[in-house]
Amino acid sequence: MKLDARIPSGPIEKKWEKCRFDMKLVNPANKRKFSVIVVGTGLAGGSAAATMGELGYNVKAFCFQDSPRRAHSIAAQGGINAAKNYQNDGDSIYRLFYDTVKGGDFRAREANVYRLAEISVNIIDQCVAQGVPFAREYGGLLANRSFGGAQVSRTFYARGQTGQQLLLGCYQALERQVQAGRVTMYARHEMLELIVIGGKARGIVTRNLVTGKIESHIADAVVLATGGYGNVFYLSTNAKGSNTTAIWRAHRKGALFANPCFTQIHPTCIPVSGDYQSKLTLMSESLRNDGRIWVPVQKGDKRKPSQIPEGERDYYLERRYPSFGNLVPRDVASRAAKGACDEGRGVGETGLGVYLDFGDAIRRLGKGVVAERYGNLFEMYERITGEDPYTVPMRIFPAIHYTMGGLWVDYRLMSTIPGLFVIGEANFSDHGANRLGASALMQGLADGYFVLPYTIGDYLANTKLDMVDASHAEARQAEADANGQVKKLLGIGGKRTVDSFHREMGKMMWDECGMSRNAKGLEKAIGRIAELEQEFWKNVTVTGAGEELNQSLEKAGRLADFFELAQLMCRDAKERNESCGGHFREEFQTPEGEAMRNDDDYCYAAAWEYKGPGKKHELHREALSFEYVHLAQRSYK
Amino acid sequence: MKLTLHIWRQKNASSPGKMVRYETDANEHMSFLEMLDVLNEGLIAKGEEPVAFDHDCREGICGSCGFVINGVAHGPLPSTTVCQLHMRHFKDGDELYLEPWRAAAFPVIKDLVVDRSAFDRIIAAGGYISVSTGSAVDANALPVRKKDSDMAMDAAQCIGCGACVAACPNASASLFLSAKMSHLGLLPQGQPERMERALNMVAAANEGLFGSCTNIGECEAVCPKGIRLEFIARMNRDFLKAAWTFRQERVESD
Repeated sequence: MKLDARIPSGPIEKKWEKCRFDMKLVNPANKRKFSVIVVGTGLAGGSAAATMGELGYNVKAFCFQDSPRRAHSIAAQGGINAAKNYQNDGDSIYRLFYDTVKGGDFRAREANVYRLAEISVNIIDQCVAQGVPFAREYGGLLANRSFGGAQVSRTFYARGQTGQQLLLGCYQALERQVQAGRVTMYARHEMLELIVIGGKARGIVTRNLVTGKIESHIADAVVLATGGYGNVFYLSTNAKGSNTTAIWRAHRKGALFANPCFTQIHPTCIPVSGDYQSKLTLMSESLRNDGRIWVPVQKGDKRKPSQIPEGERDYYLERRYPSFGNLVPRDVASRAAKGACDEGRGVGETGLGVYLDFGDAIRRLGKGVVAERYGNLFEMYERITGEDPYTVPMRIFPAIHYTMGGLWVDYRLMSTIPGLFVIGEANFSDHGANRLGASALMQGLADGYFVLPYTIGDYLANTKLDMVDASHAEARQAEADANGQVKKLLGIGGKRTVDSFHREMGKMMWDECGMSRNAKGLEKAIGRIAELEQEFWKNVTVTGAGEELNQSLEKAGRLADFFELAQLMCRDAKERNESCGGHFREEFQTPEGEAMRNDDDYCYAAAWEYKGPGKKHELHREALSFEYVHLAQRSYK
Repeated sequence: MKLTLHIWRQKNASSPGKMVRYETDANEHMSFLEMLDVLNEGLIAKGEEPVAFDHDCREGICGSCGFVINGVAHGPLPSTTVCQLHMRHFKDGDELYLEPWRAAAFPVIKDLVVDRSAFDRIIAAGGYISVSTGSAVDANALPVRKKDSDMAMDAAQCIGCGACVAACPNASASLFLSAKMSHLGLLPQGQPERMERALNMVAAANEGLFGSCTNIGECEAVCPKGIRLEFIARMNRDFLKAAWTFRQERVESD
């Protein structure tokens, strides 16, 4: 299989313009004759469905939550980047592009990243017009803050609830189209299979989560905007329902899966407190603007933080990375925290935590200013831990937060299955091996509002689409497969709960395929996960029936796909003999413990092809070239 | 700590439900939903059906979760969703009664899960600013007074969980409606549609079987996001003004 990224020719700042001009348009009167399915209603899916509705397409949108407004984009706290340069601090589209390519440790596609930076400015305009209440200065103009991996202030925010406000803007735009009859919304529906007819994506099979009814939906193109797969680790900052099923099922039908091992570990989460723990809670990276991270100089120092004098504190990020300090990118900050804990200098009961201290900020700015900037985050922290961060430093520890990997897409966001488009976190294209803070919201909305609605038109205008309906043999087969899986899971009648399997696998993934990895551990994990998967299919217990709301059944189906994905992630991590971004292989590091990339052998996106149940995946490589941001070792020192 | 739970169990919308008693263990660091997870793991191990409840982000922002604990929507802690409610606020031997939101507009789907799609229909009726993608001006072309922007944000924080409806003796959705109308109505971008928005959203709420507001204030007391009662006054002002302003137009179109 040859991977063609379809990157337009010409200078980078003209590529998107050229692509838009080269693409065929669909006549406005003909748009209503085309139907498009969008799965997922987060920032990417919601904005895509709304925009395509506005353009006149017939859109069917699906989400597993009870309302499109609940998609997990809503939980993003800190902000959204845009190269507006409103602060006059030297920002530009080119700088945002440069920072993102470098931040991604040179494993993203330059052309995609440039387009993302270019579109970033339109996103802010669009969102403000929708009524998103971004933070403002007293003069009435928009305020900005800084984020990791950048030395300019380009992040727009709405208190600590930026994702919520952006998603509500996009949800409202979506509901406007529902009212206009252009979008039909299917909430509490989960996609279980992709329907491929004549080599093209033509529909999906869904399960109605209330009635259990399994049915086919046919369209001219399918868009997956189903988010990331961080829950493969069981404990993550993702919502409990976030899962890989939609993209994994598409992968099994022929869509290549790229860079599955590129996962982001967020440095500032609330540490784990016990075995019953169901999820981890993020504390926005924006806290690193004013909070200072430290651990005691002495190993095993059990004194209260207030009793440790200044001289016996190690502000290790400020010490090791003087120019970026506490604002180094996430992968660097996370590894440094792990390093401090591994040395026995971690804090809190478990020793798996570091301090994030606002003492200096409160003395410098006053409690009021700190409260205005971070008040809701402080409240959230106190609610969970019972400690007051205004007086006691927060304890934080890294946690799985985002997955840079996802289905492989070309420049036009189409996967290796014609007619199957993948947008937002579900695709792989823009963040390389590490995503910078406040860039996920930017990418989701760029894809959904401004890229996909154009590129899908070109596909529809250029493709001969046969008339098909749900009675087609492929649709029936996909439905039968989905039904078969449900029956199989309900019929096992074993002894162990779904969650107990998930926790066990998640622990293996965190230990062997988490913040640092090595070939031996990955090999071991692949074997143990395969064994656990076998046990799952013999010994899981799923109560209840298929024809009703059955949350155990939903979880079991998702876990079945996580098992397969987990093994591919370990294999991908093992195959990539270098350290880059969030992928840190212990065998490949500099004497100072920094990641050591190998551009001679691994400057590519690894795209994996599914070859059938029980068969080994085949690796395809999309070579990455860096014509504008030249390959260099990242330095934040 | 040992707890006695009485939980509303209802197989589906058409079957009758009843309270069922359970004994369970918890520790103070758990969230309320984690306590239910532990209960459910035990039920599944015994071959019984776990208690169904909606939840997703477990960070208090998605608005999925919510049920009534001892008569209070989202439980005893102010400004807190059940997913953020930790067991350190309860004590050994507590007896807790868990029920779904009760409102004609929110029919029970199963156990503690209810159908809140009426909220989506209210937003679809006018809870937006009509601006199609691509037609926006530069974001700083339209300055917004910081005070207005901040107050719009206060209102925009609503997570659509439905606690306000569950707590209201009239099952009114006024706090929810007014939060959206205030968010958009306080901003210059929201002015052109402000009056129609008030009329259309209120009409959708009436169709959705929500009751009327009699200023009782239970909604504000249980709102996990601190949405204030004063937004309802704003809504009423807009609605009354719109009802008069558009009277002639409506007569003509009728």
